[in-house]
Amino acid sequence: MGSPPRLLVLHVPDWAVRAQAREHRVPETEPVALVAAGVVTACTASARAQGVRLGMRQREAQGRCTGLRVERDDPAIASRAFEPVLSVLERALPGWHPLTPGTAAIRARGPARYYGGELAAARTVAGLVAGVRASGARVGVADGLFAAELAARGADGLRGSRGADAVRIVPAGGAGAFLAPLPVAVLGDAELASLLPRLGIRTLGAFTALTEADVAARFGPLGARLHALARGSDPRPATPRIPPRDIDAVIDFEPGASRVDEVAFGVRAACDDFVRALLGERLVCTALRVELRGENGELDERVWLHPRSFSPAEVVDRVRWQLQAAETLRSPVARVRVSPEAVDPVHVHETGLWGTGPDERVHSVLSRVQGMVGHRGVLTPQLSGGRRPSDRQTLVPWGDRSSVARQRSHPWPGVLPDPPPTTVYAVPRPLRVEDARGRPVTFDERGRVSAAPAVIVSQTGARRDLTAWAGPWPLEERWWDPQAARSAHRVQAVDASGCAWLLVLDGEGWWAEGRYD
Amino acid sequence: MFDSAHTDEIRRLQDRIHGMQRTRLADRALPTSAALAELLPEGALAAGGSYVVEGSTALALELLREPSRAGAWCAVVGVPDLGVEAAAAAGIELERLVLVPQPGEQWFAVVSALLDAVAVVLVQPPARARVGEALAGRLAARLRQRGAVLVATRDWPRAQARLTVTESDWAGVGAGFGHLAARQVTVASSSPAWQGRTRSRRLWLPDATGAVSAVAARAADERPASARLRALG
Repeated sequence: MGSPPRLLVLHVPDWAVRAQAREHRVPETEPVALVAAGVVTACTASARAQGVRLGMRQREAQGRCTGLRVERDDPAIASRAFEPVLSVLERALPGWHPLTPGTAAIRARGPARYYGGELAAARTVAGLVAGVRASGARVGVADGLFAAELAARGADGLRGSRGADAVRIVPAGGAGAFLAPLPVAVLGDAELASLLPRLGIRTLGAFTALTEADVAARFGPLGARLHALARGSDPRPATPRIPPRDIDAVIDFEPGASRVDEVAFGVRAACDDFVRALLGERLVCTALRVELRGENGELDERVWLHPRSFSPAEVVDRVRWQLQAAETLRSPVARVRVSPEAVDPVHVHETGLWGTGPDERVHSVLSRVQGMVGHRGVLTPQLSGGRRPSDRQTLVPWGDRSSVARQRSHPWPGVLPDPPPTTVYAVPRPLRVEDARGRPVTFDERGRVSAAPAVIVSQTGARRDLTAWAGPWPLEERWWDPQAARSAHRVQAVDASGCAWLLVLDGEGWWAEGRYD
Repeated sequence: MFDSAHTDEIRRLQDRIHGMQRTRLADRALPTSAALAELLPEGALAAGGSYVVEGSTALALELLREPSRAGAWCAVVGVPDLGVEAAAAAGIELERLVLVPQPGEQWFAVVSALLDAVAVVLVQPPARARVGEALAGRLAARLRQRGAVLVATRDWPRAQARLTVTESDWAGVGAGFGHLAARQVTVASSSPAWQGRTRSRRLWLPDATGAVSAVAARAADERPASARLRALG
């Protein structure tokens, strides 16, 4: 077996959380933690200083650090943010192998020869990325990927703050000695990390003292592989990636375009080229990111989805719809950038010999209607959770990903019994509810009615006599949040024509929220 | 006049003819709610037809239910305040329901575009819009070509049937107690096919389980006996 290759690994500490903090425009010095499945997966240095640790439950982390900002862990953001760092590295040294967002490896021999020594090469690499908002990067050089990555992560406790200490070079042939004092937890296998210490084996050195045959017999092939890693013989090479081609379509307008059709006409040729360039790579675009930049520097961006793949005309449509809906743009458009957010191999989306069924027709028809009434004019309904009828339904524009914030499966105590109202006013209608003597109907703090409601008077003055009513059902929502707190009494009433109403009394008066017609 | 043996014979033969016509027509009919079948000419929603439902969203949703369940797409145009939960409770598949709440001046173009993909369109024409014979005729040609059905909530020229809620009684709610639980309605239907006569049926819309069904006790054909005889002769 050949000796493991000599590798240089660049590691930017806390990359995921730093990238996400930047995405949400939070300073990196604030305490921020990423959470997946209720457990902290990454946190910033200031959060760590206040006692937040990886693997901690979210509640406990928030208990230790009250100002903690919690974000959902989104690996896509970290990967996207790492792309400019990789391209800076690739411009200086070809052949990088991205391991995770924030970590990349390269064969050390070439750079060492070019820069005159491994130390000089490592310092150059750390200096390169400091310019692209990846400061504090650490570099490790060792035999084999496992040892080099641990050296870069500073796992041996020599965690330097800045400068020369951010580089750790394990001499050739010294990987075994470097790894020996490290705890078995660095192997990254939860079962072994808990089992080995109970057998009295706490360090990698102690683990390698066992014979290979014994480990293979007791822990199987996975154990044997980890045993080889612990010995410092990691056969994995650094596989250079092929840098993706930049296919983004960027269209500059000089001077800025102030009319929608002007922009749409200007981007048409570029969108053609964009789709053709993707096809040249045997790819089609299924999600599209459109960025509109105004002359004053304001940015409007969003992602458009497509159930199959975008044709050039559809790309132009999306640019036009986004322009029509753009609220942040206050000046003429100076630049439009269209980039693929998700791509698929072209053969997955090839239409069959007899077309691809009825759903394609539905999509093309609804897209055509969207062309007439705008993107937000064609909606698909969904059920969501809540206590008011308007909270219990969500309308999503056709083609958008659904985002139901309130789960319907959660218990919603206080929701009115079935049947649901057939008309739910998008904007509740103000009205007056009066008793038989023409006085407004109110409820006291114990929910007692002042007098039975007898007539409802709409804003136009139309009067409807009530024949029956039921309620009130009090509603106290989000009383802990003064911004969102809602307190109301709900009443069902039937008028003389047999139509039933859902009436609500809140601090501002009576409203009709729905009708059972 | 006829003696009873002749009458029975004629009725039997007419039933047979009617039955045979039904099977021929059935392939051009859309699946239809059983509760409303008696209120529609031919007993079903005819592909290419237009219908008017006035005064009740629940009744209009009931017309959409069976086609939606059978796998067709439905669209609701110009109804910004539709209760989605009620539509789902009525049995309409929300995955195959499309809403265009504010089509504005383009409502007619939107409806005719939707007919290419959607089997049933429920449309509320804007209050100002006058739907003339010419406009309805243009749409009727498209409807026939696509085998689709139009349900309008306002008057529509040359509609196959016109359904109106004439009475509505809610059960379960009293003077300050209970809650809305079930409703009985009387639906009157008039159709050019019935030479100016109207049919009316008493329906649960909805009943206590949320379903729509005919009220068992008062399910009578309200045509006078003489009219029935004229139909035979």
